[in-house]
Amino acid sequence: MNTFRVSKSSSEADWQPSCDQEALRIRALTLNRIRRFFDGRGVLEVETPLLCHAAGTDPHLHPFITHYRQPGLTSGADCYLQTSPEFAMKRLLAAGSGSIYQICKAFRNEEYGRHHNPEFTLLEWYRIDFGLVELIDEIEDLFLVLFDGMRALLPSKRITYRQLFEQWVGADPISADFAELAECAKRQNIPEASSICGEDRNIWLDLLFSHLVQPNMEQGRVYFVYDYPACLPSLARKKLGDEAVVERMEVFIDGLELGNGYHELADPDEQESRFDADLAVRRQLGLALPPKDQRLLAALSHGLPDCSGVAIGLDRLIMLMAGLDQMAQVLAFPVTRS
Amino acid sequence: MAVFSTSDFKNGLKVMLDKDPAVMIENEFVKPGKGQAFNRVKLRNLKTGRVIERTFKQNETLESADVADVEMQYLYSDGTDWHFMQPESFEQYTAKEDAVGDAKKWMKEQDVCIVTLYNGAPLSVTPPNSVVLKIVETDPGVRGDTSGGGGKPATMETGAVVRVPLFVQTGELIKVDTRTGEYISRVKE
Repeated sequence: MNTFRVSKSSSEADWQPSCDQEALRIRALTLNRIRRFFDGRGVLEVETPLLCHAAGTDPHLHPFITHYRQPGLTSGADCYLQTSPEFAMKRLLAAGSGSIYQICKAFRNEEYGRHHNPEFTLLEWYRIDFGLVELIDEIEDLFLVLFDGMRALLPSKRITYRQLFEQWVGADPISADFAELAECAKRQNIPEASSICGEDRNIWLDLLFSHLVQPNMEQGRVYFVYDYPACLPSLARKKLGDEAVVERMEVFIDGLELGNGYHELADPDEQESRFDADLAVRRQLGLALPPKDQRLLAALSHGLPDCSGVAIGLDRLIMLMAGLDQMAQVLAFPVTRS
Repeated sequence: MAVFSTSDFKNGLKVMLDKDPAVMIENEFVKPGKGQAFNRVKLRNLKTGRVIERTFKQNETLESADVADVEMQYLYSDGTDWHFMQPESFEQYTAKEDAVGDAKKWMKEQDVCIVTLYNGAPLSVTPPNSVVLKIVETDPGVRGDTSGGGGKPATMETGAVVRVPLFVQTGELIKVDTRTGEYISRVKE
């Protein structure tokens, strides 16, 4: 049998993959199973550009920027390696593609660690006329298929952000004031939280959720966390009848974030004001100001069908399926060897 | 003084934390997909040895600590100070009792130790991983017992007390692991 010897850190072994043959096999099987799953449900596989003229405005995503020299166009143009195929896929949806899925690379600068590589594989899909509940059902079905014959999972748990946050942090994420959050952080041994987060609720929630909630999620159980606070809207719709939350969900296994899903925002004015809000934060932080994606705004003005969509980090998922705890163990060549 | 940003963080980095020098022993990049990036870091305070867990927001900084590990020969102690010499430069350094700490019960004159300097002054002393010491006192063992089971306390020439097999006698040389304080073997003179 053909097996690789696993990772040596010395530079002469750097040409070798950091994963073993079994990880390559699981990846190939996973891609195959995903395609069969969606083909069987009538969801169309698509490809959209990795190299784009616009990028997401999210203040916490740092795109790779490159320069495109187009023949006949003297000055050329800055282009971005996309941080997610979301905008292009929504343009397809607006053009009448119907439900679609894509398996592609995404690129995020300044991200590297045990569970991060600046280049990673996403599975992203959109379902026409699905609400978040139907989308969660489908993610659950897909995981059942993918984990079959791999690691056994416990029955999944669906819980609101608010309930889960209150359970482990001891405060309401939406109504608690900063002093109360600081008190919770101090009680749980993160006294530096106040100086890190100041009066920025989003950073408070990111810090407390990642430090106190995720590590307390039960191993082996899939968590679907929904009804995110309205201050963390990303590209989700506001929830009708409850202004405090948005129709956003995240899925976790072993406390590790695997994906973000939304009942997709379709209102072009609301989309533009979220771009503007992101850009205001970027300006304040002294970050680059990518152009607003006018083609996405035009597509939304034309009309995005009612849909829900989600993006799942496949490298992390494969890592969890294989029962491993470092992404490099399932990547042929992480950035340190690329 | 150099300054390290979170993107420079790695194991072994020597930094100032709460006005004390510390070494980074763990660094985990934590980032919600759409959220703020953090580094969860474990640091060992080089004065107290205590391990501290601390979170930093991306692009926060720490000042570097002027800390260096230097091989030095232990010369002698006058009871209050311990004197060391850097073999190449013959430069001498004086360490106080709190810097020498537990190392003093393993060090013999002429031994080469690692002296950790902070702002040019000894902060801590690490003895060699194993040392050879003479037993100055131990109960006479039972003749014929070579099993090593049981054992008995023995006092070394440096004052350290080590558990040794019953067959080892006063006046003998033994090799000791300074990290665990355990007997390794007898040594012939």
